[in-house]
Amino acid sequence: MVVGDAEADRIFHALADATRRDIVARVIREEQSVSGLARHYAMSFAAVQKHVAVLERAALVTKVRRGREQVVHADLTAVRQVARLLDAYEKLWRHRARSIEQLLSEDREGDES
Amino acid sequence: MTVVSAHKDVEAGTMTFVAEFDASVERVWEVWQDPRRLERWWGPPTWPATFERHDFVVGGQSRYSMTGPAGEKARGWWTVTAIEAPHRLAFDDGCAGDDGEPLDTMRASHTVVTIEATGTGARMTAVSMFDSAEQLEQVVERGAEEGMRLAMGQIDEVLA
Repeated sequence: MVVGDAEADRIFHALADATRRDIVARVIREEQSVSGLARHYAMSFAAVQKHVAVLERAALVTKVRRGREQVVHADLTAVRQVARLLDAYEKLWRHRARSIEQLLSEDREGDES
Repeated sequence: MTVVSAHKDVEAGTMTFVAEFDASVERVWEVWQDPRRLERWWGPPTWPATFERHDFVVGGQSRYSMTGPAGEKARGWWTVTAIEAPHRLAFDDGCAGDDGEPLDTMRASHTVVTIEATGTGARMTAVSMFDSAEQLEQVVERGAEEGMRLAMGQIDEVLA
């Protein structure tokens, strides 16, 4: 399949936190420096840096040094892979619903006879 | 049957699937409660399921196997965590080993099913929650493999 287990676990863990989701949402719109991100949250620069590090390990963002700043970019390959898994799961449920419908229509015929 | 919606939340690892059936709430409940009905629809395409055990009570255990087109077996288990007949059901679902017993209970997905009456039938909502993508992968890969096999078979036919 498309996502390694450990990799997928890191993605879920990384996105389980509201601050980290917010960071991802911001850097999707526009690249941001870590210090720029830190201004949005009531926490220390170091704490924001830790959140960014978790997102980096999950391959959701990449960080590059530019002069004195560290700039954070979104990298959505991993998110897209989870989205593909969920698409396949939706197909399974659509198949299940059609099978349930078939079963229920047999029940109806049984009721009528 | 109408699929009303299938909402996927990638960040949270959940899917909410809503479908409406032209049947009573009790009839829809039966497709979950009765193992002979349940096994008619639970497995992915070409992977029919057999429920060897189905204790449909809170804390009850289910054991099932699914047989693939080449005769391979995929086994699974449920633990029922909530039942309010005929409207609400919750269970954990995971993979089992060759002996049919759970492999890793920490890797289970969790599903909550609600069934409500509508003007003309019943609406079923299934919310699936995945702590990790591993379970999700295991669930979907069988259908994906089979789709590939069918596609390859069709290619063989064209080439023959």
